[in-house]
This record gives sequence, structure tokens and C-alpha cells, in this order.
Amino acid sequence: MSKMHLKLKVNGEEKELLAEPRELLIHVLRERLDITGPHIGCETSHCGACTLEMNGKSVKSCTVFAAQANGAEITTIEGLAEPGTMNVLQNAFREHHGLQCGFCTPGMITRAHRLLQEIPNPTEEEVRHGMAGNLCRCTGYQNIVKSILAAASEMNAAKEAAE
Amino acid sequence: MIPAMFEYHRPADVKSAVSLLQEHGDEARVLAGGHSLIPMMKLRMAAVEHLVDIQDIEELRESKVSGDTVHIGAMVTQHELINNASLAKAAPLIREASLQIADPQVRYVGTIGGNVANGDPANDMPGLMQCLDATYALSGPSGERTVKAREFYESAFMTACEDDEILTSIAFPATTAGFAYEKQKRKIGDYATAAAAVLITMGGKTCTAASIAMTNLSDTPVWSEAAGAALVGTNCGDADIAAAVAAALNDTDPTEDSRGPVEFKRHVAGVIVRRAIERALSRA
Amino acid sequence: MNDLTPTSEERSAKLKGLGHSRKRVEDARFTQGKGNYVDDIKLPGMLFGDFVRSPYAHARVKSINVEAALALPGVIAVLTAKDLEPLNLHWMPTLAGDKQMVLADGKVLFQGQEVAFVIAEDRYINADAIDLVEVEYEELPVITDPFKAMEPDAVVLREDLAGQTTGAHGERRHHNHIFLWESGDKEATEDVINSADVVAEEMVYYHRTHPCPLETCGSVASMDKVNGKLTVWGTFQAPHVVRTVASLLSGIEEHNIRIVSPDIGGGFGNKVGVYPGYVCSIVASIVTGKPVKWVEDRMDNLMATAFARDYWMKGKISATKDGKITGLQCHVTADHGAFDACADPTKFPAGFMNICTGSYDIPVAYLGVDGVYTNKAPGGVAYRCSFRVTEAAYFIERMIEVLAIELGMDAAELRAKNFIRKDQFPYQSALGWEYDSGDYHTAWTKALNAVGYKDLRKEQSERVAAFNRGETRSLLGIGLCHFTEIVGAGPVKNCDILGMGMFDSCEIRIHPTGSAIARLGTISQGQGHATTFAQILASEIGLPADSITIEEGDTDTAPYGLGTYGSRSTPVAGAAAAMAGRKIRAKAQMIAAYLLEVHDNDVEWDIDRFAVKGAPEKFKTMAEIAYASYNQAVPGVEPGLEAVSYYDPPNMTYPFGAYVCVMEIDVDTGVHEIRQFYALDDCGTRINPMIIEGQVHGGLTEALAIAMGQEIAYDEIGNVKTGTLMDFFIPTAWETPHYTTDFTETPSPHHPIGAKGVGESPNVGGVPAFSNAVHDAFRAFGLRHAHMPHDQWRIWKIANDLGMHG
Repeated sequence: MSKMHLKLKVNGEEKELLAEPRELLIHVLRERLDITGPHIGCETSHCGACTLEMNGKSVKSCTVFAAQANGAEITTIEGLAEPGTMNVLQNAFREHHGLQCGFCTPGMITRAHRLLQEIPNPTEEEVRHGMAGNLCRCTGYQNIVKSILAAASEMNAAKEAAE
Repeated sequence: MIPAMFEYHRPADVKSAVSLLQEHGDEARVLAGGHSLIPMMKLRMAAVEHLVDIQDIEELRESKVSGDTVHIGAMVTQHELINNASLAKAAPLIREASLQIADPQVRYVGTIGGNVANGDPANDMPGLMQCLDATYALSGPSGERTVKAREFYESAFMTACEDDEILTSIAFPATTAGFAYEKQKRKIGDYATAAAAVLITMGGKTCTAASIAMTNLSDTPVWSEAAGAALVGTNCGDADIAAAVAAALNDTDPTEDSRGPVEFKRHVAGVIVRRAIERALSRA
Repeated sequence: MNDLTPTSEERSAKLKGLGHSRKRVEDARFTQGKGNYVDDIKLPGMLFGDFVRSPYAHARVKSINVEAALALPGVIAVLTAKDLEPLNLHWMPTLAGDKQMVLADGKVLFQGQEVAFVIAEDRYINADAIDLVEVEYEELPVITDPFKAMEPDAVVLREDLAGQTTGAHGERRHHNHIFLWESGDKEATEDVINSADVVAEEMVYYHRTHPCPLETCGSVASMDKVNGKLTVWGTFQAPHVVRTVASLLSGIEEHNIRIVSPDIGGGFGNKVGVYPGYVCSIVASIVTGKPVKWVEDRMDNLMATAFARDYWMKGKISATKDGKITGLQCHVTADHGAFDACADPTKFPAGFMNICTGSYDIPVAYLGVDGVYTNKAPGGVAYRCSFRVTEAAYFIERMIEVLAIELGMDAAELRAKNFIRKDQFPYQSALGWEYDSGDYHTAWTKALNAVGYKDLRKEQSERVAAFNRGETRSLLGIGLCHFTEIVGAGPVKNCDILGMGMFDSCEIRIHPTGSAIARLGTISQGQGHATTFAQILASEIGLPADSITIEEGDTDTAPYGLGTYGSRSTPVAGAAAAMAGRKIRAKAQMIAAYLLEVHDNDVEWDIDRFAVKGAPEKFKTMAEIAYASYNQAVPGVEPGLEAVSYYDPPNMTYPFGAYVCVMEIDVDTGVHEIRQFYALDDCGTRINPMIIEGQVHGGLTEALAIAMGQEIAYDEIGNVKTGTLMDFFIPTAWETPHYTTDFTETPSPHHPIGAKGVGESPNVGGVPAFSNAVHDAFRAFGLRHAHMPHDQWRIWKIANDLGMHG
């Protein structure tokens, strides 16, 4: 079966490639575009390690065909900050020990990034509910929740200072 | 978990989508959010030769409340259902239920049309739609027809929707009735062990209308006419609720799975239906 | 000296050594998506390998037809047992002295077993080709119950062992029997139990589960035919052992094999074993001359690659009328699946199950473990635990609860009455261990006070009364656990894996400008070794942790070590680091003395420098000494500043802890809610409190999963019922409670810095705490024991069996 011409905007860069429609978005990113931040954990859309942002939504890219993503704007962990720098959330995860093996971390932070766009000042309950699509085997979530809440207050403080 | 090959189609309007379905018959499947279908394809448990992705069909994304009727396009996502203020007002039951479906990422892409059309008895929306007495609009080669949600489901994954039809939208009456969606599950992302959708209208101290539907307790969603009838005309006292619960359970036929054996599910169903009724009553 | 001279405290703080909650150096790359895990590795011309797996749990393989698969464009080869046989690689030795099929040789013995290995240009072609391999099976009777496996007329599972009445661990008394392993004094224990005032008896099942790290197992093998060098990147918790095994199996000399463990996305014991995928990727690379990647998917992982637990533990515990324990007996029927691939030290086929006397002074005990074959996946790995310690801790902590019921006694009081006292350490246990140090009573009292134990019991009895009056349908459970771990395997005299003694190692090089690199034989899977080992060294050698690079996992550069599992990194490699640091310091002392023009014995160590005794203003910092070691000829001293230490610990370490879980249970639905969880851990000297706390949170959450729902379940014909993360329970942030952590600090007397290890304690202690909370909630209604996992329907069933549903 024929390959199709795909156009994606990934982390601000236009990408064009040929792919079989059945190729999964996570594979296109990891294998063809060398964007290896998003990981493959469960392959059935339960773990969230492959989470990225597609057209402003948090999406599990193991359950998206490349063909469906044609024309989409995609942001992965690599696109959240300038290469070699860490944004507020990334720093907060480091500061509050919100990661251990690091495998869930890119999906976790990418999801948290969207969550804080939608709920800038969340309660702990909102964070736990909003992060429930991402599994972590190492941290028990307590420090992940702490990191996100800390990042939220830092972002809010910065916003207030700017106003 | 790698899917087999397929031909991909992305029609721009319903008519083209229908003609693709017509052309390819049972080799074709409609792709909405894909979070039920794609895992099945990755496990190679669903063989699909032609995948008809309906994401570009703008008309399927519309939802509006006009007068007493709520219209929701098939491609409206659960995330949008949760965040749509006018919908939350016209049918707060939808929001309460949507928050209990899957997880945040899945809700961004999971659509109401996909959820109801798939015919999976474990999906939450079908029971909800039966509770709301929704009507599904189906487009096929010979035009549009409507089917009541309460008549749509035949058995697991078998519905009144023909191979060459697309479910395009859903309509149901706006409601101010007391509502509740009560769901027991093992964890976020799991299907219901048992779930119940309840709407109750009280006229003074007497129940004037009641609708009770359940999820994952049979090979189709279960709308229990008898359970609703058991409440109507009563003051919803303890014995009346017990009668409604008994009637509801009588309409279920759960099967054993890793959530537990039949005996357990039936018992939990009774508890969940009762709690849903009590919560709906508290809001009626 | 002037005002600008930093104080001792300031100099010490600058090092970020022991006790400092140093931020992790690993995090910059992980938070930016720049980790390098196995599946991130991409080599030119790399091929993909994957398995045709058996849909049956027990079947004869009649034929395998690979023609259609080979005809598919992009398919390079399909390997079967026949292809591996000439290389003698169709079977491989297991870590437990058994052997395991690499590819199905005549029959399959568990669902998901590897039957053929397809090599193709990419994953997609590979998956299509797998569908085209035609395998003809003849189904055989399936055994998934270890007790049925031992019935006289049970079907023979391991035909390859026909007639072998002796296995790696002694006599096999039945064709499906693997070993009987015994510890303690059987007769004396029976005598004590038979004449005791009170005896409690119970069958305690610790169900089969799986470590399920978020990253599955995988490897990339690359045979460089020009140089004759094989490089394998893989998810290896013990890379050096893999190198030795690979050399022994392949015949390639060990110096021509390089094993690299890159970043590992969680291990929890899953990545200790050697799996057919590793072997096949290596063979495939040798055959094709190209790099070959194998990465399993989640179903493969849960179905085929290791399992944990599956111990049926039948116990008897005896006591005097007033609750002094007099004896303990335990017989285990251990379901090992199709091959005995347990990852235990060679002499311990049931791991350290004989730590099952727990925290208690039990004068006499006996343990017997029967290992049995069934049609389930092989494995038996230590899932966040030191070789069956979780099973042991669960067993004793359940037996204590059952004994408390038998005695009509409060379970907290019963524990306190029987703890090994502080003055009894070092303590010789009835089953042969020497506990190094402990102060159980202090920890226990602190824990009970912290949760307000008396008030909780009062609230609980009020709740029971309210329930009986029909005012509530919710019960309150108070789950207690006091556990003692045994970690840090181990003394080489007792512990080896495939003949390799379980020492560990550290090599340090100090650079001229006062920074350093240290390499160790371990490998982090999230524990933060690059952060904490640098802290140990910082305190030993006086260079800032931030100036010390830690490297692990590359066998071409790291010294030989036995790897990371069983909480052995801190007790063994951490000790090696300290000892290597001390060697550096000893040499530095000579250099400093020379530079300061005094005798070696006239200088003394002070945080980051050697100073002249009595004249602290005369000193040389470690950075100055490092520079001097490279640019000054010191008589009698070799240039440079390097050291290596291979550390063979004199004993294991024995971390312990006191946990309390307060749980609400809905009797009608089986739904639970954890209201409070308090965890006090004593892991000896604390290296990095932030990391310790993180380890405790994570281990408790794994314990929560195991106790409350996580299992590998089979149906009667051996189908795995829990093959995806829909059914295999891993809690999300929503189901996970908030934990309160606490500590006491009782250093290990034999460890160079007194550290004991902590990574596995919360799993070992957490499971009994959660499970005991469930049991405790129903104690007033007559429950003695109910098997885990306590998922909703099983909790509901407890209530239902007790007649609580009216």
C-alpha cells in the first residue's frame, strides 16, 4: 500500500515526510524525526509516556495514526523550552524530586504544561485528576503533584509581578 | 503492537464519507477519536481495510442548545462536553458523566459519536443517552434517518447503524430534572464495574418522571423502563427506591470479567443504582 | 586566618556530602527529554527482531512454516530452535541452575513463550511477518495450580528433565518438582509447636504479580565483524554478569564483548534476568552482521518476561498464653512456572525467605520451600525486594495478626512484646542470620504515637458499634507492620550469581584541577546513583559532589560489579565507594605531609583538606593535593591520584521500619479509601534525605498496587487475563494517597558509612500494612485471613462471606 505525504509542524519546525498511514505518531516522531523525548510505555493509551501536545490538546501519540496527524501542530517535551534550558515546570520537577527513572517524565511534564494552561491555579485534587492519564512507577506521584503545584504558584507570581 | 495496513481516507463532508463506506462495505470503518478502534487494530483484533477519518467534517463538531432541544455533533469530544457552559446548564448530567470517562488525554480526543456508535456496552455514553432519551441521526446512501438511543443497541458491538451509515449527531431534550451519574471502577481509565444514570423530576413531593439507565451490566446498555416506572407517582420513599432498584437489577445481565463475578456485579449494581437515585433526588 | 576564611560548616555544606538533600544531577537531561534509553538507540542499518509467541500454555509444536514470512519484502530471516541448535543456543542456563528454552524446542510451556524470532528491516514489516509464520500446535493438558502439578498423575511438564531425580538444589521427588530447600530445626520446631499454649495456623498466599517498569525490556546487539567485537546495549540491571554469560554462551572472548546499560526506565527486578530476546538479538546480529534491536511490547512484558512472588505459605506460630512467641514453622509451595529462572544467589533457591522470623525474637523456627513447575511464565524476580524478603515479611506480619486474633490481643502490643531488643544486636536468628543493628521498640513507639494509635482504636470500636446499629456501612481498618529487611547481598562466601561473588566495586580518578570521575559496578534505574554516590565520595575525599562525575553501566570502562537489585547498591557499591575514597585519602595524606614538610602522621583530615596537627592554618586542600599529585615528584609516591576498591561486605544490612495504614472500607461495594499512611524507615546513615523520601513514596505506591489489585492472573487453560494496563493494576495519581514519612537512624556497625539501603523497604513493609488494614477492618466481624490482592470484588467477598450483606 502506498505511502502518504505528511506535513507536520513539530516544535515550531515544518516537517515533511513519506509514511504509511498506519504508522503511529509516536513512531514517526521517534524513528523518523529523532524526537525521542516521548516514550512508549504501554501501547494501549493507558500510561501516558507518549503524551505530547497536538493542536493544543494533550494526546497519547501511541494511539494516533500518522495520517490523522497530517497537518497538525505538535509540541513535545523538546519544544517546551529552548534547547539546553529548563522552563518553570522542568525546574520544579528537579527542585521537588518529581522524577526518578525519567521515563514517564517527558509525558508527565508535557501534560502538566497543558493542565496549567487550562487551570492556572489548581488545587491538589485538580492536579491529581488532571494528571491521571499519566502513570509513574517510581515516585508515587506525591512529588510530581508537589512540583506542579509549585510551578503553578511560581508562574502565577511571575504573572502578577508582570501585571 | 503494530496495526496491519489499511487505506486511509479523510473525506471533507458527510456525503463523501458515506460514499466511501458504501464503496468498501464491511471492509471500511469510521474513525473518530480512535481510542477504542486503534488499540483493537494494534492488537490486530479488528481488521480494517479502509479507514474513514471524519475529523475534517466540520458540521460534525457543532453543538447547540435550541429551545428545549440539545444537539451535539458526533465529533464533539468529551473534553468539550465538560467545558461547554450552555450544555452544562441544559444537561448537567453529561458533564458529570464525562468527567468520569477515561482520562484527560483520552477525553481530548474521545468523541460522543464514537462512544455511542461503537456499541461497546462498557462505554458510558450509550446508557447516558438512553437515560436522556436521545435520538441519533444517521446518514446513509439514502439520506438521513433517526433512531432512538433506546432502540439503537442490539448486542455487544452490534447496533442499528448499517455498515454504510455514519452517526452524525445526537439530540435530546434539555432537562432540569435531578440528575446523577454514579460509576464504580477500579481506577481512572477503567470501564465501569457498574454505572447508573438517573434523572428524576419531582412535582411537589411526588415523582412525575424518572429515567434510569445502566452501563456495563449487560451486552447492551440497559434502560430500565420498569425502574423508572417504580418511582413515578411515588414520593420516592425507601420502599419505592428499593422497588426501583429491584426492577433495574431485573433488567441487567452482567457477565464475569476481571472486575469480578456476576454475583458481585449484581450487588454493586444495586448499590450504585440506589446511590444514583438518592443523589438525583437530592438535586430534584 | 581572616574573616573571609570559610567556616567548617560552610566548607562542609559546599561539599553536598552525606545527609544533604542534593538535587539530582540526572534531572536536567530527563526533564528535557534527553534521556538515552535502549529504544532511543539508533544505529546505521539497524534491523528489528521480534517474536512469534505461543497462544497456548502447553502444546507440542508440530511444525513451523516460515516460507510466507520470508517471502515478505523486508524480512531478513526467521530463526527457530532448529537454527539455534547448532550453536547450542536453543536453550540457555537460568540464574537458578535450571535451563530455559530460548526458542520453543518441540513444545511450549507457557502462553507467550518465544517460538520463532523474526528479523526484518522495520517494526512494521516485522509485525506483518509474525502474522505470516504458520505454527502447528497440538494442545496438551495445562497446569496452572502448583498443588495440582504435584499430584502423582499430573502431566509431565519438563520432558527434558525426564529421569533426573536430582536438580541444581538437590532431590526432585516428582516430575514437576524442582527442589526442597530447608532452613532451621524442623523437629525442635514441631516439638515446641505441639506443646505450645496457643498455636495459630494459616495459609498465606502472596499472589503472582509483575514488576512492570514503565520501560519494557529490550536490547540492541551490534556485532562488528571487522574488529570481532560485540556490543550490546540493553535493559540490564547487572551488565557485567550479562557480559560473562554472553561470553560463556557465545564463545566470544569476554574482552571482545562490551555490554552497556544506558538509561533504564525503571527496573524493580524485571531487568535482572537474561531473556530470550537478548540472546536472539545477539544471535541475529552475529548472523546478519548488522545491529539488531529487540524491544518487547507491554503484553510481551507482562506475559513472558519475569514475574514475582506466587508463594503459597502455610504457617504455624506458637506462643505462651500471655503472648510470647515460642516457635514458627513455614512451608512454602513456590510456583516457579515453566522454567526455574528465579534471580536469587546460587545457594538460595528461595532467596532470603528465611528472614521470615521478621522483627521478632523467635527461639526456634523451620522453613521448607518446595519449588514446583507449572504452565506459567518463568521468572521469580525480586520485585522491588531483596530476594523473597517481601514474601517473608508478608508471611510473618500476617501470622502475627492471626496470632493476635488467636490470643485476643492487640496486634501492636503483641509485636512490642516480641521484638528483638536493642541490646540483643547483633542478633542471631533461628534461621541463621545475624541481624546487624536495630532499635525496633523506639521506632514502634514513635510510629504509634505519631498516628495516635489509641485514639484510632477508640474510633474503630465506635465505628464497629455504629455499624452494628445500622448507622454506617463504612469500616475502619488500622494496618500495622513492623518489618525487617535483609539487603546488600552479599558476602562472597554466601552469595554468588552464576559463580560470580556478590561483591561490588568503585574506581576513582581525581583530575589535576580537583574534580573527579568515579565508576561503579552498579547501574541506576532511577535511584539517582549519579547524585548519591558522589555525595558519599564528597564526604570521603573532600571534593564537592558537584565536581564528581559518576559513571556506571559500561563494562568496557566500569570495574566489575554485580549490579543493582536487592537494595545492594548502597550497602555494597556505596561501601566500595567509601573504601576507594579512603585509599585516595591515604595517598593524599602522604602528598600533603610532603608538601607541608611534616611527617605523614603529623597531618590530620579536616573536611576537605589535610592540616598540620595543632596548626590548622597550615593545610593543603584536596584540590591542591590533586594538582600536586600530577605535577610534583613526591619521593616514594607514584604520580597521579586514583584508587579502586572491590568491596566484599562482611554481612548483609538489616534496614527496618514501622508502618501504619488507616483505611476506610465500603462494605457494600468493596471500595477502599486510604485516609492516612505513616511510614517510618530506618535505613541507617541517611545519604540524601530527599531521595530516601522519594524512594519511600514510590515503593509504597507499588505496595499499594500489589496489595489492592495488581496481579498476573491465569484462567484454567493458562491464558493470561491481565496482559494490558487496563487489567494489570497500576494506580494513577488519583488512586494514590498522600504519605507521611519519618525516620529513626540506627547505623549499620559494619558498613563503612553505616548506610543500609532503603529502596525496597517500602514495598516490603507496605504490602503487609495495606493488607493488614483490610483484615483489621473486618477483625471485629470474624475475619482471620483473606488472600490478596484486595481488589473491590475480593473485599466485597470478605463482607459477603461474613454475612454483612444482609
